[in-house]
Amino acid sequence: MAAIEARDLIKSFRGTSVLKGVSLNIADGEFVSLVGPSGCGKTTLLRILAGLELQDAGEVSIAGRVVDDLEPKARDVAMVFQSYALYPHLTVAENIAVPLVMRRLTTAGRLPVLGGLMPHVRRARKGIAGEVATVARTLEIEHLLDRKPGQLSGGQRQRVAVARAMVREPKAFLMDEPLSNLDAKLRTQMRAEISQLHRRLGATFVYVTHDQAEAMTMSDRIAVMMGGELLQFGTPDEIYAEPVDIRVAEFIGSPRINVLEARSDGQGAASAGPIAFSLANAKPQGEVVRVAFRPEAAELAAPDTGLAGRVEHTENFGSDLFVHVRAEGAAAPVIVRSRPQGRRAQIGDHVGIKVAPDRLMAFGGDHKRLAAVAA
Amino acid sequence: MSRSIALRRRALLGSALRHVALLLIAAFALLPFVWMVVTSLKPPGEILSSVITWWPKRFYAVENYTAALSTAPLARYLLNGVIVTAAIFFLQVLIALPAAYALAKLRFKGREAVFTLVFFCILIPYHALAVPLFVMFHYMGILNSYAALILPFTISVFGIFLMRQFFMTVPDDLVDAARMDGISEFGIVWRVMLPTAIPAVTALGIFSVVAHWNDYFWPLIALVDDAYFTPSLGVVAFRNQEAGSNYGPLMAAATLIVLPLITAFLLAQRRFIEGITLSGMK
Repeated sequence: MAAIEARDLIKSFRGTSVLKGVSLNIADGEFVSLVGPSGCGKTTLLRILAGLELQDAGEVSIAGRVVDDLEPKARDVAMVFQSYALYPHLTVAENIAVPLVMRRLTTAGRLPVLGGLMPHVRRARKGIAGEVATVARTLEIEHLLDRKPGQLSGGQRQRVAVARAMVREPKAFLMDEPLSNLDAKLRTQMRAEISQLHRRLGATFVYVTHDQAEAMTMSDRIAVMMGGELLQFGTPDEIYAEPVDIRVAEFIGSPRINVLEARSDGQGAASAGPIAFSLANAKPQGEVVRVAFRPEAAELAAPDTGLAGRVEHTENFGSDLFVHVRAEGAAAPVIVRSRPQGRRAQIGDHVGIKVAPDRLMAFGGDHKRLAAVAA
Repeated sequence: MSRSIALRRRALLGSALRHVALLLIAAFALLPFVWMVVTSLKPPGEILSSVITWWPKRFYAVENYTAALSTAPLARYLLNGVIVTAAIFFLQVLIALPAAYALAKLRFKGREAVFTLVFFCILIPYHALAVPLFVMFHYMGILNSYAALILPFTISVFGIFLMRQFFMTVPDDLVDAARMDGISEFGIVWRVMLPTAIPAVTALGIFSVVAHWNDYFWPLIALVDDAYFTPSLGVVAFRNQEAGSNYGPLMAAATLIVLPLITAFLLAQRRFIEGITLSGMK
């Protein structure tokens, strides 16, 4: 169990800057997701924490100890890879045992025949087999122990990879998109299982994903990364409801947040069509300010109220009905959540959109959140 | 109904034609070999007869094979061949795998340049190196020894290239997982890369063993003492002794010499095709 701290990490590959000074404090036992589009640096950050990659500048400490000069195996963290990375020539039991064998047996003890002749090696092997069996029971893969990875399904391989990480009881688990090779149904199931595993082990988990739904459902806190920078680090609720950057707002949430362009009047007010609001700090006249609101912060209204538009598309999820409205002045259709019950908006209908004033968020030209009050 | 029969008949005819063509090509490759074996079973009179016979009228195998084994120390040559080819292959693997691993999976400055050099080395015919090697070995005083036969071939540039290409297909995650599990870099080569690369190592083995078992050029230059003769040199020494007049024992010796290769190939062939699939890693 350990807290993980990254300070001002900088990394570039062949002149391309991948991490531009990322700092992150992960508490002991916390489940933290690193989320962002591909190429945002999240996997590089994870690999630096693991010791598989060396940062150009900055510092990593695990459990209060700076680990920059330690090799991956000495950092006492385990990693689960996207491709599972099981040893294809070893059985499931042997795969799970590798981390223990490498730690507990000497080179001589690992020799195939000679090792078996030494009594202490035999005792150690027995202990390892017991621990492998325990972990296998926890993950319900006991019946697979004699198979080779090639004979397993994706979900089973995934479990074996987790078992191999679990078996040596590391201080922290680092997971690099472990569910992205699974089909949708299995992914939902494994999501729940990994969350349960985290609660049971109480270990620190750092979980890399590009899937915001995974991050939202599993994490204690989410670190949203983009272009090598950490944009926001907070609980799922904070990230969703109070994004500090418009790129965070756009990345998190499905369907995506609605964004409208507004223009500042130079006196601390701005408006996008009928949606007007005042800014705490006045912006120069004509400067573009963007205003955003979630689909559930808006509702359909009579055609002459609020933002006017025409229904272009509807998506029925059973519990919710999302109505896409082509509104005047909006680049993309505005998405409004409505209830499937009662009268539904039909494609082609002229509607108005009313936005809850307290749910409006304004963002400046530098993507950052602006303090604003709806007028 | 009749249409389907006609179709099937045409397919059958096509397949028959294909097989005839394949049989002809196979016969072209196999006939000299068969002729060698048949000759080794014939008495001298039948060998030189102007009539082609595919089976000896009088079975002369015992005499020919005894002559082959007694007139020259054939067993000794075969043993030399095994020692030399086995040592060469062992050392080639010992050197090529770590080198290929470094070229495929480690990041260091100048890696591409080094790989280009390796690639260029493939282009150098080894005959071009024979004279410098001979002079060098002369000064080192190791001509006319096993070392002289083995050392020039221990670094197989082709082997490094072949293994490097194979290692490129092994996912990086597997290497990283091994590092996380606490396996050292050399440990990764032998415990992770080698087992996954068995098909490629087998391929290298076939090329290497066949080339050096049959090598005539370098042993001829490097050896004087027939105690170190390899099979291909041995069979020639044999022919000189017999001055070409007695083909029966010569063909018997040749048959004995290719036999280990054929057995080895048949045994390796299965492993070659089976291999260990990379599934479970991708």
